[in-house]
Amino acid sequence: MTNSWTDIKNTDLVVIMGGNAAEAHPCGFKWVTEAKAKRGAKLIVVDPRFTRSASVADYYAPIRPGTDIAWLMGVIRWCIENDKVQWDYVKNYTNATYLVNEDFGWEDGLFTGYDPETRNYDQSSWEYQIGEDGFVRTDPTLQDPHCVWNLLKAHVDVYTPEFVENVCGTPKDRYLKICEMIGETSAPDKVMTSMYALGWTQHSKGSQNIRGMAMLQLLLGNIGLAGGGMNALRGHSNIQGLTDVGLMSNLIPGYLAIPRESETDYATYMSTRGNKPLFPNQMSYLQNYGKFMVSFMKAMWGDKATAENGWGYDWLPKLDIAQYDALRMFDMMANGQVNLYFCQGFNPLLAFPNRAKMTEAFGKLKLLVVMDPLETETAAFWENHGIYNDVDPAQIQTEVLELPTTCFAEDDGATVNSGRWLQWHWKGATPPGEAKTDTWIMANVFQRLRKLYAEEGGKAPEPILNLAWDYADPEEPTAEELARELNGRAIGPVHDPADPAKVLVEPGKQLSGFGQLRDDGSTMAGCWIYTGCWTEDGNMMARRDNSDPGDMGTFQNWSFSWPANRRVLYNRASCDLSGKPWDPTRKLIEWDGQKWAGFDVPDIAVTAKPGEVGPFIMTPEGTGRFFSRRLMRDGPFPSHMEPFESPVENPLNPAMRGNPVARMFEGDLAQLGDRSEFPFVATSYRLTEHFHYWTKHNRVNAVLQPEFFVEISEELAAERGIAKGDRVRVWSKRGQVWAKALVTRRIRPLICDGKPVHVVGIPIHWGFKGAARKGFGSNTLGPFVGDANIETPEFKAYLVNIERAEGEVMA
Amino acid sequence: MTIDLSRRGFLALAGTGVATTTLGAMGFGAAEAAEAAHVRPFKLVATTETRNICTYCSVACGIIMYSKGDLAAGETAELLHIEGDADHPTNRGTLCPKGAALKDYVRAETRLTRPRYRAPGADRFQDIGWDEALDKIARALKDDRDANLIEKNDKGTTVNRWTTTGYLAASATTNETAWLTYKTVRAMGIVGFDNQARV
Amino acid sequence: MTTASEPTTAIANPPVEALESNLLPSDVVRISATRSPPQPDRQLTKVAKLIDVSKCIGCKACQSACIEWNDTHPELEANVGLYENPHDLTPEMYTLMRFTEYENPEGDFEWLIRKDGCMHCEDPGCLKACPAPGAIVQYSNGIVDFISENCIGCGYCVTGCPFNVPRIHKTAHVAKKCTLCSDRVAVGQGPACAKACPTQAIVFGTKEEMTAHAEERIADLKSRGYENAGLYDPPGVGGTHVMYVLHHADQPALYAGLPEDPKIAPVVEGWKGPAKTVGLAAIGLAAVGAALHGLFGRANVVEPSDETAAEKLVKSGTSGPGEGA
Repeated sequence: MTNSWTDIKNTDLVVIMGGNAAEAHPCGFKWVTEAKAKRGAKLIVVDPRFTRSASVADYYAPIRPGTDIAWLMGVIRWCIENDKVQWDYVKNYTNATYLVNEDFGWEDGLFTGYDPETRNYDQSSWEYQIGEDGFVRTDPTLQDPHCVWNLLKAHVDVYTPEFVENVCGTPKDRYLKICEMIGETSAPDKVMTSMYALGWTQHSKGSQNIRGMAMLQLLLGNIGLAGGGMNALRGHSNIQGLTDVGLMSNLIPGYLAIPRESETDYATYMSTRGNKPLFPNQMSYLQNYGKFMVSFMKAMWGDKATAENGWGYDWLPKLDIAQYDALRMFDMMANGQVNLYFCQGFNPLLAFPNRAKMTEAFGKLKLLVVMDPLETETAAFWENHGIYNDVDPAQIQTEVLELPTTCFAEDDGATVNSGRWLQWHWKGATPPGEAKTDTWIMANVFQRLRKLYAEEGGKAPEPILNLAWDYADPEEPTAEELARELNGRAIGPVHDPADPAKVLVEPGKQLSGFGQLRDDGSTMAGCWIYTGCWTEDGNMMARRDNSDPGDMGTFQNWSFSWPANRRVLYNRASCDLSGKPWDPTRKLIEWDGQKWAGFDVPDIAVTAKPGEVGPFIMTPEGTGRFFSRRLMRDGPFPSHMEPFESPVENPLNPAMRGNPVARMFEGDLAQLGDRSEFPFVATSYRLTEHFHYWTKHNRVNAVLQPEFFVEISEELAAERGIAKGDRVRVWSKRGQVWAKALVTRRIRPLICDGKPVHVVGIPIHWGFKGAARKGFGSNTLGPFVGDANIETPEFKAYLVNIERAEGEVMA
Repeated sequence: MTIDLSRRGFLALAGTGVATTTLGAMGFGAAEAAEAAHVRPFKLVATTETRNICTYCSVACGIIMYSKGDLAAGETAELLHIEGDADHPTNRGTLCPKGAALKDYVRAETRLTRPRYRAPGADRFQDIGWDEALDKIARALKDDRDANLIEKNDKGTTVNRWTTTGYLAASATTNETAWLTYKTVRAMGIVGFDNQARV
Repeated sequence: MTTASEPTTAIANPPVEALESNLLPSDVVRISATRSPPQPDRQLTKVAKLIDVSKCIGCKACQSACIEWNDTHPELEANVGLYENPHDLTPEMYTLMRFTEYENPEGDFEWLIRKDGCMHCEDPGCLKACPAPGAIVQYSNGIVDFISENCIGCGYCVTGCPFNVPRIHKTAHVAKKCTLCSDRVAVGQGPACAKACPTQAIVFGTKEEMTAHAEERIADLKSRGYENAGLYDPPGVGGTHVMYVLHHADQPALYAGLPEDPKIAPVVEGWKGPAKTVGLAAIGLAAVGAALHGLFGRANVVEPSDETAAEKLVKSGTSGPGEGA
């Protein structure tokens, strides 16, 4: 989230699209009802199904799964055509005026540089024109045909309301009504918020869905304002934290990057990370990259990380490909290339697509280690449960260790919410039986491994032997010790750059902000964006002062929000060029003539005069991007792409299947289904009664939603002879499931390309363990393909068939 | 009579009722003094309160756990009830149907309570001690890493890349657990490292 | 020990120190099957739960919180093609979200979701119908509560209820329903469902405040085009201590059959004094089998003489299917 849950109360218009907040985030959705009740805000819901969010919406429109880009580009087109543009914002806070390389263009749904052989783009033309002074060339008059604005206008031209209706199935009158409602928020004193989740991410072009809305929000001048922003609702209680701390193939904590093998040494690695500003005087905050990186390396390897050894650069793994994401690992596993796998609090057998492939993959491991508070299907992938897990244990040679862990009630520590608040919690229950904390388990595994390397030697022992392990009890580092490391401390004296004689932080002291980080080895910090969370004043994450002086929902003294306790990102953009809030009733900060101040931590140097520094200080441009340069693999603008399995052809290019640059493994291509065999569109989702595959272990939630079902329209039910409560079989090219049929008027056939498209809704929550009735995960059916940029599986739009199941299927 | 008598259940109950009423009319009912009106004893009396954050979604609602026994005082603590924290700015005391039943997650019958091991081809788990389990993991890591870690690529660059062992990290553990996990996994050179952000 | 204050909201953190209850036997204003009504020496502030269906997202947090607080154990049922789970109110599920798919005259689709449960009538039909002395009481704040120790599981309360709410527990053989969390109210707290409700579609406070709050909500709904928005506080039962804000207050039946004009059935109204016995007898000496088993299953309240008398009854009467409601 750029903003926070409590900030939503400040909005005028909520658009829930690509998510279902009332269902999946009910207590966050409270702030939508608050905005409606207190500000008279309106709620729009766009979803293939009439959801629980839609049940309290002011306006609802259906959409065919996987067509969000066309829908959003159409809104941008409508806003431009009807002059619903926040012009001051667009001209000054976005890259609209920038000139783009004259070679850049597009045709047939593809941008310049596409190579069908490699399924990749040569992106060299996707760049600004840079002047001889090294700064970007612009045309403030917006006349140049190569300026971003004119390229954008040309790009969205095809997305007429008729095009949208034809592709998305959204009736034109409903669509235009929504365009009007959205367009109203281009006024400087009107704000819209976007609430989205996996409904946008779980597509082969998920990142571009989100960019589509981010662009619309820039156009309307809604980024950085209270009640505005791009608000990723996020799924799990600490998936924000796990990502912040870099637990992904290619990440270092704080969104730094694991080196590629072409970056042979630290100097080479840093050479492409200068982030030189594209305008004179612009603050480009990531110019400080080296300070964050060196402090991280010092947190990893302490005294052993020195300037001489590139801060231990050789000890970091180097990637030969973009990332070893989970889909790739499971593909490698299925091909016998993985021997040992750990699942910590994670149930991939139900979470990743193509269950049959997942089962096959786990069966090829030598050892699977599962750490979890609960029994999981993954740990029991080898157990026969009839149709629910039809395997022969005798044929599966994988060894499995299932380790009992504590849960939230039994440990201390912080989790990070969608609004980036790090909230500390305290344990209040004794763990059951022999359950142990994850830190105890990881520490014990590591200590034993380190001992083996110390005693036996072995390959590349240095990164293991040298890892900093400065904990009172090496077998169980405490949450406090680890939190203090994440924050960081001075190792040597930290000097004031303006006055080198002055020591800002004495050695051994906790740092109070990432401005104190240094690239000379005098500081260490596990995760630079968390610096400030545990200072010499104590644990900022444990703060529980719920006062809110500006009544803006910023709650400055409640816990700690990264970065720098800032609650609304890009909040400088909430003010006009002179530093006054666009809307005085929604003031977050303002320029008082000397400095920036208000109810939030300014997202700009507090003494940076208005007009001198652009508001988006994390980019070298200082502006928001309509045109994303070379940052996205599938194009600098979002372009309509059909799902890999689609009921219709892509009108921009009938030969194009799915996302033209999305990765597809060899065997998975053959497992894509065709609309002749699988005529219906499936989409997966959560129900409010359950959380993933956890609450089916819980008696109460099992009672509230006991059994796996699929949702279909009355029309599809009639077509297939299915009655309410019937048992049905649903199958895709990859597998089949049996479920109860919930026949509803909340799903209606959509007319796309002149033909009715039926949607089958498939909730995700059932398996063969726990207190609820045995069932199937929707992942049995989903295709093994991910988003072209970040590899999120395409669970939200694929093809299935459905029929009434004859007789009772026995478990 | 205007009462709808069509419901079988009603008839059945009416029968019992008649019996009782008749008993009462015969004088039996009056012999039994009615228990005075009272409410259930308030079940949170003398429990220990602990502030925590819901473990499910990322709204991160504040909760208060009510336990019998105080961990801070060195006692064992049994979780009795969980309720929303009315002081929390996001949820202001409210909880969703998952959060409201968090206690049943903590106390689920399918909570794991001891380490278990499944041998190749076996159709069931068997118990294993922590020491044995941890030794087994450390040995498996060492053997696989020594066999398969790529120390240098074909250009001679040190890459310390290990692709035959992978790690999928949790989504509900704390930052602190995440950091310790990060340190150990990265120090080993594991690149097949991922979390639940996408699913 | 401090005496708990009267509750004004459900949004509060419950106390863990022992408090003197504010809901005393002397606060009872009506008692079932008792000729002389109590004369309380004080009047508690009338309370109410207000359910704004236009804010309700049907998440079932109220059901979940209800189960947890009351330590009930609803059965795990099957999915029968509906969102309602359990499928009906049960002796272990005191409240239930009911879902209705509705296409309005403008052709727009609406998903109407109503939290069902005890309405805590000012004029409670259950209490009037109840033949067991002291099994149903009403406190002066409006709460209608079942005192299980006095309940004989006869099911007359089910008949007496214009909203079809109480349910007979098959093994405990007592009638069960929402207590408005009388145990929480007694220590100054609101009901568990109202506290949990994520969107605060369920709020709790004094009846006066809840009525005023409803007016604000109705004004908001009217501004959004719901011309018939209104408060459901049916006069036929003297008003209720659980009220609804409905977007279509002119058609309460849209909401899973919410009665248009609920009233206590005349036959129940007529059951007074000796007439009550006669009236009940008139309903018929129908089935007793399993239901009588219920009666005798509670040895602590049944005298041997009761059994003898009842056996006579069984022999003299007809037997029926004997199923619970």
